[in-house]
Amino acid sequence: MNLTLKIWRQKNASDKGSMVDYKVSDISPDMSFLEMLDVLNEQLINKDEEPVAFDHDCREGICGMCSLYINGEAHGPDRGVTTCQLHMRMFKDGDTITIEPFRATAFPVVKDLIVDRSSFDRIQHAGGFISVNTSGNTIDANATPINKEDADDAFSAATCIGCGACVASCKNSSAMLFVGAKVSQFALLPQGKIEATDRVLNMVKQMDDEGFGNCTNTGACEVECPKGISLENIARMNREYLAASLKG
Amino acid sequence: MALDSKIPQGPIKDKWTDYKNHIDLVNPANKRNIDVIIVGTGLAGGSAAATLAELGYNVKAFCFQDSPRRAHSIAAQGGINAAKNYQGDGDSTYRLFYDTVKGGDYRSREANVYRLAEVSANIIDQCVAQGVPFAREYGGLLDNRSFGGVLVSRTFYAAGQTGQQLLLGAYSAMNRQIGRGKIKMYNRHEMLDVVKVDGKARGIITRNLITGEVERHSAHAVVLGTGGYGNVFFLSTNAMGSNVTAGWKAHKKGAYFANPCYTQIHPTCIPVSGDHQSKLTLMSESLRNDGRIWVPKHMKDVEAIKSGALKPRELAEDDRDYYLERRYPAFGNLVPRDVASRAAKERCDAGFGVNATGEAVFLDFASAIQRYGKETAHVKGLDENDAALVKKLGQEVIKNKYGNLFQMYEKIVDQDPYNTPMMIYPAVHYTMGGVWVDYNLMTTVPGLYCIGEANFSDHGANRLGASALMQGLADGYFVLPYTIGDYLSDDIRTGPISTDSKEFEEAENDVRKQLEFFVTNKGSHSVDYFHKKLGKIMWNKVGMSRNVKGLTEAIAEIKALREQFWKEVKVPGTNEEYNEELAKAGRVADFLELGELFAKDALNREESCGGHFREDAVELDGEQKGEAKRNDEDFAYVSAWEYKGEPSDAVLHKEELEFKDIELKQRSYK
Repeated sequence: MNLTLKIWRQKNASDKGSMVDYKVSDISPDMSFLEMLDVLNEQLINKDEEPVAFDHDCREGICGMCSLYINGEAHGPDRGVTTCQLHMRMFKDGDTITIEPFRATAFPVVKDLIVDRSSFDRIQHAGGFISVNTSGNTIDANATPINKEDADDAFSAATCIGCGACVASCKNSSAMLFVGAKVSQFALLPQGKIEATDRVLNMVKQMDDEGFGNCTNTGACEVECPKGISLENIARMNREYLAASLKG
Repeated sequence: MALDSKIPQGPIKDKWTDYKNHIDLVNPANKRNIDVIIVGTGLAGGSAAATLAELGYNVKAFCFQDSPRRAHSIAAQGGINAAKNYQGDGDSTYRLFYDTVKGGDYRSREANVYRLAEVSANIIDQCVAQGVPFAREYGGLLDNRSFGGVLVSRTFYAAGQTGQQLLLGAYSAMNRQIGRGKIKMYNRHEMLDVVKVDGKARGIITRNLITGEVERHSAHAVVLGTGGYGNVFFLSTNAMGSNVTAGWKAHKKGAYFANPCYTQIHPTCIPVSGDHQSKLTLMSESLRNDGRIWVPKHMKDVEAIKSGALKPRELAEDDRDYYLERRYPAFGNLVPRDVASRAAKERCDAGFGVNATGEAVFLDFASAIQRYGKETAHVKGLDENDAALVKKLGQEVIKNKYGNLFQMYEKIVDQDPYNTPMMIYPAVHYTMGGVWVDYNLMTTVPGLYCIGEANFSDHGANRLGASALMQGLADGYFVLPYTIGDYLSDDIRTGPISTDSKEFEEAENDVRKQLEFFVTNKGSHSVDYFHKKLGKIMWNKVGMSRNVKGLTEAIAEIKALREQFWKEVKVPGTNEEYNEELAKAGRVADFLELGELFAKDALNREESCGGHFREDAVELDGEQKGEAKRNDEDFAYVSAWEYKGEPSDAVLHKEELEFKDIELKQRSYK
């Protein structure tokens, strides 16, 4: 395949940035999207130009590091995948592909296609945990049976990879799917109940402080989420938040 | 320097308890005055950081990713072992210990493995308390499954994302301490050297990957939890950033490097499809619980399948060779990884590989779908003879167990594994070798510790499934916090360590010199060019099967490639910015040294053990004919290499392994 790429280039956080056109050829449909970018970068290095900076690590769809906005969609046109799982067979010979970084106030651009998502970490620092000592002196794991459906729902919420696609695809740059997933995981488990009130209040406050917008139930986040995290988690977070506010 | 493993005296079952009862403790008020650096925040580093911070130490944690949540532990799929005996199928601490030592081909340290088995049950309790959503049964109790190399069901799991859930557990424990200000987290920082003051590890030099800033960080002790070095092969299941730099720099500062040639070749990976590939993807070994592995019996069928004239589904049962079930009836498809990998290679080398490159075998779920479908139909009182219904119900069961793996396979290969067998082939996965540590997890450099995959101690020559997560968390949550306290109890009057000393200055200058070299050396080839070449040499001559000729050639070829690298490498950009090529250049420079030591270690070990198959060490007759032949008389030791400049000058030290509680036996899975 031969392709034209329109890529956002931005030297650093204070640079203005612009779209630049590149051509790549001999792209195999079996390549992943990131492998296609590897080909481009090898080409740029050989021409003594600077390669395109992009985040990636595990390349098997689980680390959540790859964060490209492709043809106007987070992680590109395929459903339920991260960018490393997006394959070139989704494109046609001669296509022009637009590649941009995730755009949100709370995700400032670091360079080219790399954004800073440490705001997600700070939300977690505010309450994304259960306050248990790491001593190994806890009760036997089977001493508190957990209803299978609850365990499964908690697991589904916990599979969020923190990639930020939900923020990138939301017109308000809301992080509520991400925060809702974490709040839900602990809200569904007996171990997480005790500090549920503080958790949801603190995490939501931090989310607002970081500059994420609000949810207006458009649902784009759920559609673009590579892990299929459900909107139910936002509803659950809202219920938890309301209950906590009344209690507080 | 003679190696002292510091294994406590006494019966194996009491060693760890006695040890803990007699070590020196640090008063809580004094812990506040002690700093600990932790490099790497995966399962081992993350759990260690959280626990040490909770104990009261000041922790500085470093990772090269943008968040600790992305450490490559997150990609582990299958599960974590624990001797809980919830299933009542005869499991015990001793049995987990026994399986691990045997599975490791009797090349691990008994005392460490026993301790691992002993604390394994605590890990599960700990993680559940942290909110890790392990799989549950309908009664609300934890579910278990079985893994290769064992006859009990002791593996706890969270679908095919166990590593993710355990890592997020450790990450949340870290978040709690970061929120309290007890951990200072340095994301996107790479450690580029260890600093020794008066013979002790007292700090590190790092590079901020965003700004390029080179920084000095001091502490009373330094812990490396930096993972494995499988990327020396270029293609592996490791994340792209996984590297050996921290361990290798420690090695250059006096830490011995143990068993570098012990690499696990994992049997169930997605085969290589072409030259463009940047990495390999593993499919969890848990798939072998239900998947049956086969190739056609007859060459004509191989040809027909390759050309597309015959669909694998259509090949009659009698014309299939379920070679694992044939060769190893007792364990069948659940033989350990090294055995399964070698057997796949043997069939493919004989010409029976089923994909275009001839390097793939089938992993088939058709009979499991049938079996589960019938069972479900029976339970629900539906018609067991309705083929379409049975298939549908069976597929649902399989989807519940392995759904994400099937989805991943389909995305990569573009085939639906519910309807056609998966194709798999062995790939480089976990490295059992690593920095040598004693029972305290301390390296040969005082104050420098190494935990998780980055050290060598627990897995021997082969790692059983679901044991890596166990070791990472055991080291971080439960072992290091005790052993490091014993060492730090001597440091309560030391006070803060200054970074103004000449040792810090020298280390920083060395780091700067190398960075500057790379960005000013206007060579003609990219970093990847060299990395790929190294990978080819490693896979072809130091991979699954090895011989004297190939290894000797590999040593010479890697040395020549390294010389070429230092003359011709090209790194664009500068040091004062985000520069991925510059970061990669440093990592590949270290791989080019490790690779040679790796081959040298493989040449020294004139036996077949674990994933390491020496073509000249094979059983010639009897029941084990054709199987790997270990040599306990001459090689029951850990090879620990001392740095002396060029890898060819490295000096071998031997830690003789003693087996007092387990008899060394031929491993048989027949």
